[in-house]
Amino acid sequence: MSARRIFARPARHAAIAPYLWMVLFFLVPFGFVLKISLSQTAIAQPPYTPVFDFTEGRTALAAAFAQLSFDNFRLLLQDNLYILSYLRSLVVAVTSTLILLLIGYPIAYGMARLPQRWQAVAMMLVIVPFWTSFLIRIYAWINILQHDGLLNQMLLALHIVSAPVVWLSTDSAMYLGIVYSYLPFMILPLYATLSKMDAALLEAAGDLGASPLKAFWLVTFPLSLPGVGAGALLCFIPIVGEFVIPDLLAGSNSLMIGQTLWLEFFTNKDWPVASAAAVALLLLLVPPLVLYDRLQRRQLESNR
Amino acid sequence: MARTVTTLTRFNMTSLALGLAFLYLPIVILVIYSFNASRLVTVWGGWSLRWYHEFFNDRAMLEAAWMSLSVGAVSATLATLLGTLAAVGLARGERFRGRALFSGMLYSPLVMPEVISGLSLLLLFVALNAERGFWTVTIAHTTLTMCFVTVVVQSRLSALDRSLEEAAMDLGCDPVRAFLLVTLPLIVPAIVAGWMLAFTLSLDDVVIASFTTGPGSATLPIRIYSEVRLGVKPEINAICTLVIALIALIIVVASFASKLSNARGESAAPL
Repeated sequence: MSARRIFARPARHAAIAPYLWMVLFFLVPFGFVLKISLSQTAIAQPPYTPVFDFTEGRTALAAAFAQLSFDNFRLLLQDNLYILSYLRSLVVAVTSTLILLLIGYPIAYGMARLPQRWQAVAMMLVIVPFWTSFLIRIYAWINILQHDGLLNQMLLALHIVSAPVVWLSTDSAMYLGIVYSYLPFMILPLYATLSKMDAALLEAAGDLGASPLKAFWLVTFPLSLPGVGAGALLCFIPIVGEFVIPDLLAGSNSLMIGQTLWLEFFTNKDWPVASAAAVALLLLLVPPLVLYDRLQRRQLESNR
Repeated sequence: MARTVTTLTRFNMTSLALGLAFLYLPIVILVIYSFNASRLVTVWGGWSLRWYHEFFNDRAMLEAAWMSLSVGAVSATLATLLGTLAAVGLARGERFRGRALFSGMLYSPLVMPEVISGLSLLLLFVALNAERGFWTVTIAHTTLTMCFVTVVVQSRLSALDRSLEEAAMDLGCDPVRAFLLVTLPLIVPAIVAGWMLAFTLSLDDVVIASFTTGPGSATLPIRIYSEVRLGVKPEINAICTLVIALIALIIVVASFASKLSNARGESAAPL
């Protein structure tokens, strides 16, 4: 026990450098987002008028606080474009998470019931796509889904359709891309809880007269809820802010909030509004982020 | 120890097979078509290395590839260093002030939408008046990927038998020596896997790099992305196949490392 305590001191000192790094490059930048989101748009380089400058002392700071502008947030609330892209992000994220759960659960369940030796192989097979560039995986789908792509060629050859179907620039293509990219994130936490489950529980349920389906519903599923929660959060949070997948696969008539932010920043060069959108997106994500952080910490700490 | 044999139903097998086919088929098709001789991406014109040849003569693409590889190598190295230190602090530091903030800062980038991380880092760099290019992208990638390294190394450290370190200290080692002589050799596989993961993540990123890079220094994903927006090009198929080959090589090394790492204790992080 005392050895442990002696060890803890230098271990804490080891954390100083990464601590400072994260404060400087993760925490402080949010302060800048907040600051810019409250400033006025200007045609300049950089394209905003700073609201306060920490070098000018306290009186200047107080004066600056007086003219903080919530115009950008007011704009977000008034302009339909922003509200719509907000809602769309939520709808897309919820729908995709549900689809992912429906597809991921049977796969994770199948993995958990494989013989021990094969489980490691299956796990490896699920992890590998996570390592492979997701931009490349989306591009692979564009190859297949395009007008004269493999899918349409196949459907035509099988006489299922008589003319090529438009797949690209549709919501179905986007959902396909999202499900494809995030599937490993859903399967792995589900598998982690399902594989730890004691098979004797199911046997007991069977001995007591439950049908396999009933046993699944009453025993397996409730016990796998922590995995369901972790998988859902791991998918939901990044999907809300997703940019590349909807940009490449969905049509351009309705945008997700990540696309709107990108558009404001790169095309309209309106940094304050882009920052306001980022703050708004972040506020939306705080509750799921806190939940996720708690789950993550519990998982890592229960491991020791 | 009697382990009941779980039965694998036909439903289990089918869902597993379909799931894996869904994950792999698109990539396989992409790789096959990169060897297509035809300029039309969808018409098969026989096997050819033409598009690879094209890529190796495309100077702008090659420069972007070089930029990506160097950003990946430097940021992965920095991230491994910082992430390992952070993991040691979290797994062995017991309780300390600011621990909750520290772990929160390390876990949230794992799921934080990239548009937010990218935008916020850019605003920091603008405020600091930093010249945007290689170093800004490298710092941004280090910040993101060190969190993944932390998770990988921390789970390895937590699974480790602590009595080994304690025994070393009982035998007269000071904590630093005990760590360097006993703990470090045991977590090397996790550190290697962490570096590989950081490198591939950096090689993959479009969004954060787009925000934090400057004019004239595009990374490979940025170039691929802008080409892809214009449609499918056979040359891109070839580049993507090369990247996949590189990543496959990395996975083989990393899985070898994690096999060593799993020889003792279970790794919690499924990465």
